[in-house]
Amino acid sequence: MADSARADDLESFRQETRAWLEANCPPEMRTPMRSEKDVCWGGRNFVFSSDAQKQWLEVMAERGWTVPDWPAEYGGGGLSPAETKVLKQEMAALGCRVPLQSFGISMLGPALLKYGTEEQKQDHLPKIVRGEIRWCQGYSEPNAGSDLASLATSAQDKGDHYLVNGQKVWTSYADEADWIFCLTRTDTSQKQGGITFLLFDMESEGVSTRPIRLISGASPFCETFFDDVKVPKDQVLGEVNDGWSVAKYLLGHEREMISGMGGRSQGPSLPDYALGKLGVDEQGRLDDPVLRARIAMHEVRSHAFAAMSERFMDQLKAGKIHPAQPSMMKYYGTELNKDRHELLMAAGGSDALEWESEGSGEGKAARAWLRTKANSIEGGTSEIQLNIIAKRILELPEG
Amino acid sequence: MPLFHDEDQETLADTVAPFMADRAPVSHLRQLRDADDPAGFSRDLWREFGEMGFTGVLVDEADGGLGMGHVEAGIVLEEIGRNLTPSPFIGTAVGAVEALRLADPTLKEAWLPGIVAGETVAALALDEAARHRPQRVALKAERQGNGFRLTGAKQFVPFGHEADLLIVSARTSGATADEDGVTLFAIPRSHPGITARAERLADSSLATRIDLDGVDVDGSMVIGDIDDGRRVLDRVLSAVRTGASAEMVGVAGGASAMTLDYIKQRKQFGRIIGSYQALQHRAAHLYAEMEVARAATLKAQQSLDTGSDTATRDASVAKAMAGMASSLAVREAVQMHGGIGMTDEYDVGFFMKRQRVLAELYGDADFHADRLARMEGY
Repeated sequence: MADSARADDLESFRQETRAWLEANCPPEMRTPMRSEKDVCWGGRNFVFSSDAQKQWLEVMAERGWTVPDWPAEYGGGGLSPAETKVLKQEMAALGCRVPLQSFGISMLGPALLKYGTEEQKQDHLPKIVRGEIRWCQGYSEPNAGSDLASLATSAQDKGDHYLVNGQKVWTSYADEADWIFCLTRTDTSQKQGGITFLLFDMESEGVSTRPIRLISGASPFCETFFDDVKVPKDQVLGEVNDGWSVAKYLLGHEREMISGMGGRSQGPSLPDYALGKLGVDEQGRLDDPVLRARIAMHEVRSHAFAAMSERFMDQLKAGKIHPAQPSMMKYYGTELNKDRHELLMAAGGSDALEWESEGSGEGKAARAWLRTKANSIEGGTSEIQLNIIAKRILELPEG
Repeated sequence: MPLFHDEDQETLADTVAPFMADRAPVSHLRQLRDADDPAGFSRDLWREFGEMGFTGVLVDEADGGLGMGHVEAGIVLEEIGRNLTPSPFIGTAVGAVEALRLADPTLKEAWLPGIVAGETVAALALDEAARHRPQRVALKAERQGNGFRLTGAKQFVPFGHEADLLIVSARTSGATADEDGVTLFAIPRSHPGITARAERLADSSLATRIDLDGVDVDGSMVIGDIDDGRRVLDRVLSAVRTGASAEMVGVAGGASAMTLDYIKQRKQFGRIIGSYQALQHRAAHLYAEMEVARAATLKAQQSLDTGSDTATRDASVAKAMAGMASSLAVREAVQMHGGIGMTDEYDVGFFMKRQRVLAELYGDADFHADRLARMEGY
């Protein structure tokens, strides 16, 4: 009885959600995103690409549906996992764009919910839901990449505040972000046990950023410099010297997000793209037998990984997941995505090599291909993920 | 339906796993092989499968079975795979049952009770050439009075020599490569005109070459509609491909468990070899491939159970993915065991041989990747 009552409730929620989305999602927001520019990141400096984008963010934020599964008391939608899944399904069915994407949602928010004080949650979470504050992540340093815990950016105890000095690198969109969550060293006598997780405003005196130009020509990452930046003590997330716990928890969420990039929903379908470029032979098969075979083998893995992603999310929601499983998802998803772009480049041939022409969308294929090379580096390299799987899941001994 | 086992399915797995490990571990296969057993499997064990309900897992409750689905059949098959248990389970409890579910009540009544009891063994006689191409059917079924006369040959029929029932695809109209014009028959193996020659395969299992030399059957042996056997055949093939995927997931699991145990104990240069990153990364990569194969297989099982219109595609994805992942698992198993992995005395080689047979059965990864491409229009 209880189960069927729940099923009825879910069905009526589905009907209501569908009707509401149809009434409130602007038609423009029901078309596929054309480029990075269509992604809504929010924040103090964000320039909306259209009125519809702004309106869509506002109506969704009002219901808390930019982050449907966060508690309503912090501005979230307060939906159950089952309801969240229904909302996502209905949004996908209507082709609704994601109204807001941010590191606040995917990375900091879950850590705030777990480690934040009541004041910190009240202060930061609603602004993330409404897209008012855009966050960036200060983790890597020039001498702390894969070995992140060797970081050196210092936070000196000055009584009522910390004084932060040092340099971060690979800070995504630091030049556009409002606040940073940042790993700092508060104790040099121990490695992991001397790290503190700080939150502060990027407009604080002493913060500066410099974009890094990548092989794709784009500059999504920055170098970020701290020169005597004052950070009040109530802006520590978690315990002093226990920032590594927070960082690890948050990295798990980052890996989930990056692993999602291997999903089938994003970008053009590889077979469709290849068909458009190469056409078919007299038997209706892609007119390049060896490339067709490579694409078909890739598509097997791609479909299989879509099932894996579904299983992973289902298990995650049910609390049935090995804590290191995100490493497997991140590893497989990013490697698959790199492979996909190699095949897109092969299918595009010399057309796909053009870097600036109008026909190539200013080198869209080539730039996207190069961008994917970072997938298996950022958020922990593939090699680091394999180490984690080997040690924590397979329980192989330390070297 | 979430993509993991529910409580009932976990309970079933907790029953099947110790049963199979106790009654039919790898040593059981070794005994049968060393004895050159002419059946290639144990009839007693098959009866026990019946008593446990395994053989009737897919049979409707109204017909005396458990009325469960392909997820549950897959749970049994995964343990069969993990223990390398020689068993006609796929052909009988999955393939033949799936075909009979779409047959007339008289055929069901004739065969299902024996299958449920663990008395009857069935075999699928579909392949006619070394490479799986089930849509190419040359074996002829010509109209003869009220029935048909079948002439032709089949090969790679697992347990065909011991089977009581053969499910045979035959051409009732059109040319060999035509998609339509195929009809499926349920024929007693003892029927006059059928000869079966068992051939031992690399994994010591027995597959049969079957000749049908003017075999007269009556219309009651037709499964589904005449000339439209493709519909039944597609369903049967999706079911056994998904089943073979589950068995391969089990084979991969068994092989990699042995290998992990080994590399956690074996020392060279004064170190446990499992502490070397060269092996750790390969083991971790294999783990990822196996997890993805498991997910694809469960997806295919659920799609069959819910009647999803992607069931055919999902079966091909699962068969290809499980084929690739389990192939990697057994190759890494032998390599990481080193010299001992090459010895007959050690079990790990058995996994490699079994995987090779299962990978071929009902189409290998190349076949299914090509099939996926056709389904998706390229």
